[in-house]
Amino acid sequence: MSDLFHVSAAPHIRRPITTRNIMRDVTIALIPASLFGIFNFGLRALLVILVTIIACVATEYFYCKGMKKKVTTGDYSAVVTGLLLALNLPASLPLWMAVVGGVFAILIVKMLYGGLGQNFMNPALTARVFLHISFLARMANFTVEKISSPNVNDYLKNGAIAVDGVTGATPLAALKAGETVDLFKMFIGNTGGTIGETSALALLLGAGYLLCKKVISLRIPFTYILTLVIFVVIFGGQGFDIEFILGHILGGGLLLGAFFMATDYVTCPVSAKGQIVYGIFLGIMTGIFRVVGNGVEGVSYAILIGNMVMPLIDSATYPRPFGKERVQSEK
Amino acid sequence: MGKSTFPGGIHTYDGKELTMDKPTTVLLPKGDLVFPMSQHIGAPAKPLVAKGDKVLVGQKIGDASAFISSNIISSVSGTVKAIEKRLTVSGNMLESIVIENDNEYQKVDGFGKEQDYKKLTKEEIRNLVKEAGIVGLGGAGFPTHVKLTPKDESKIDYVIVNAAECEPYLTSDYRMMIEEPDKIIGGLNIILRLFENAKGIIAVEDNKPEAIKKLKELTANETKIEVQELATKYPQGGERQLVYSTTGRKLNSKKLPADVGCIVDNVDTVIAIYMAVAKSTPLIRKIITVSGSAVKNPQNFNVAIGIDYSEILEAAGGFTDRPEKIISGGPMMGNAMYSCNVPVTKVSSALLGFLKDEAAVEESPCIRCGRCGLECPLQLMPFQLAAFSERSDEESFEKMGGLECCNCGCCSYTCPAKRNLTQSIVQTKNSILAKKRKA
Repeated sequence: MSDLFHVSAAPHIRRPITTRNIMRDVTIALIPASLFGIFNFGLRALLVILVTIIACVATEYFYCKGMKKKVTTGDYSAVVTGLLLALNLPASLPLWMAVVGGVFAILIVKMLYGGLGQNFMNPALTARVFLHISFLARMANFTVEKISSPNVNDYLKNGAIAVDGVTGATPLAALKAGETVDLFKMFIGNTGGTIGETSALALLLGAGYLLCKKVISLRIPFTYILTLVIFVVIFGGQGFDIEFILGHILGGGLLLGAFFMATDYVTCPVSAKGQIVYGIFLGIMTGIFRVVGNGVEGVSYAILIGNMVMPLIDSATYPRPFGKERVQSEK
Repeated sequence: MGKSTFPGGIHTYDGKELTMDKPTTVLLPKGDLVFPMSQHIGAPAKPLVAKGDKVLVGQKIGDASAFISSNIISSVSGTVKAIEKRLTVSGNMLESIVIENDNEYQKVDGFGKEQDYKKLTKEEIRNLVKEAGIVGLGGAGFPTHVKLTPKDESKIDYVIVNAAECEPYLTSDYRMMIEEPDKIIGGLNIILRLFENAKGIIAVEDNKPEAIKKLKELTANETKIEVQELATKYPQGGERQLVYSTTGRKLNSKKLPADVGCIVDNVDTVIAIYMAVAKSTPLIRKIITVSGSAVKNPQNFNVAIGIDYSEILEAAGGFTDRPEKIISGGPMMGNAMYSCNVPVTKVSSALLGFLKDEAAVEESPCIRCGRCGLECPLQLMPFQLAAFSERSDEESFEKMGGLECCNCGCCSYTCPAKRNLTQSIVQTKNSILAKKRKA
């Protein structure tokens, strides 16, 4: 044993929480949504999830090695990005597109900007939008075919297999078109959509876990959803229609976005006031995209624009140091 | 409503159960005693003795050389062995008087004489505090006679005794509250004599129920003194946090408690004031907590100032196993040491030994989780300040309020990425302040 003592600066004690623990908690919180996605869309969803995660982790690993930096995959942030991205993809997406998305998220959005903590937009969401712009047809295709005896080739090809075929537009598109939607089905998740966004129940379970573990706070999701509801009531054209409102809350990527993407530490404001302003901003932007725009992908674009505006919100809402409140405002 | 508290702060492992219920033992020194000339904020004292001189217990051996300075008093009788540079707790080599103990403990004339403080003038009281060499014994070491002489004493309406002892593991103040509470109240009354318009508050954290009970009993009939219970949270004992929790008044780095009508003194300092004024006993003893996972018999010792830390450790049974870290002071703001052969000074409070060093973890990138900002008691954004610090951007650092930092360490404690935020911030803060002083 060494004869020397450790001599370092105070403080000499540390809380047991680590970055890895936080990432692990987020992964656990996403498991209900992932499991439901696999149940709803079939084993191909599992394939997409695994392929995306592997693509993300591999990209980070090889980038670190190639740039001769310390390998950072051990903090599990790439796993979280991969999982989040996968949950934002349709189960029938060609696997090579999922890989492209994963590589884009990690290489372009995260590593080239400086790695963990330095990305200015949410990597998973940016990759989703990138794929959406590049491969609109496949990204907007939520059809899941029914094949009675699938073989390996069926899984790997473009088609998707599930026990019960699910066809048609997503509930949000239907809502926009003025049709009625089955709210219960939307809550449980037996509808079309990307792998992770259909089941409100599964997402809320995961969100509840994160709130209990104090990984996220209710500020951003609550103000986001509340602002959207108010916007939809005023401008949605249906007035105070409970079914319409619930349809908006449960539909699209709102719950996934509000609880898991908008709360990403790196891209959201740090102060309590800033987070509330951010939530309101996101609610208004999503409202504009959904009501005035063509309806879908509103959450994704709103959050990305929010990410870019975030530094402004942050610097405007930093708390004043204790005891200096009046002095500061006199300046 | 809940108990008074301040924004932010952290809840750590308390560590006090290791030592809080054991009585304090008096420990006599075996070896030489070492008195560094600087044990306080302000100019170092000037030695009054030379090699070969005989000294007595209570004799002034170092003279306060400026307005903000303090006397050094010998805690033993013996011969001056040397006046030379010696290693101190902070790792500095400081000019020190080394005294060889003759174990006779012969005292100066008038030592220990009882006095009725009510018969003394305010100036006499302040002079006794000055002569006794009393400084802020909570750890800061600011000369107490200067603190007790604010610009306008009639504006002081609260004298707050800081009995929070918020650092984990430390119980020296607590043991004094249990064993010598009458001295606390006596000292507080002496201070109140200096400030006629003031009320006294003894502020205690609620993890010390027995002490609170005892103090409340003894102050039941004191009209000018009240005992206030505060929520246990680190750093409740910080000056700004304490003033806010007890009186609701806010301070910043440019203000003193006196600017908002408060005088704050550590409970140990208050006892020292009592001993100096009512019992003609200058500051020659300290209570030291020896604790931590590596110490065999954790407990509190009443020791002579100047004793070597290693002797106290020996009396506590030594280490169970080789510790990774030894600390003088508490684990949040104390000094890590590389040797136990350093002297106990006026501002020493504890010797802690830890088998595992929790801080020896590699840093990883900041993920902007904001926990540091949530828990900073001064409502700063430590992750941002540390980022400016690492880029040597002193201008932005100062604009964001970096000079407000009180070094409490909550940010580094709570960071999931294990970043050394406190260290970066304190380093830049000291660099900016040094530049300002030179200008």
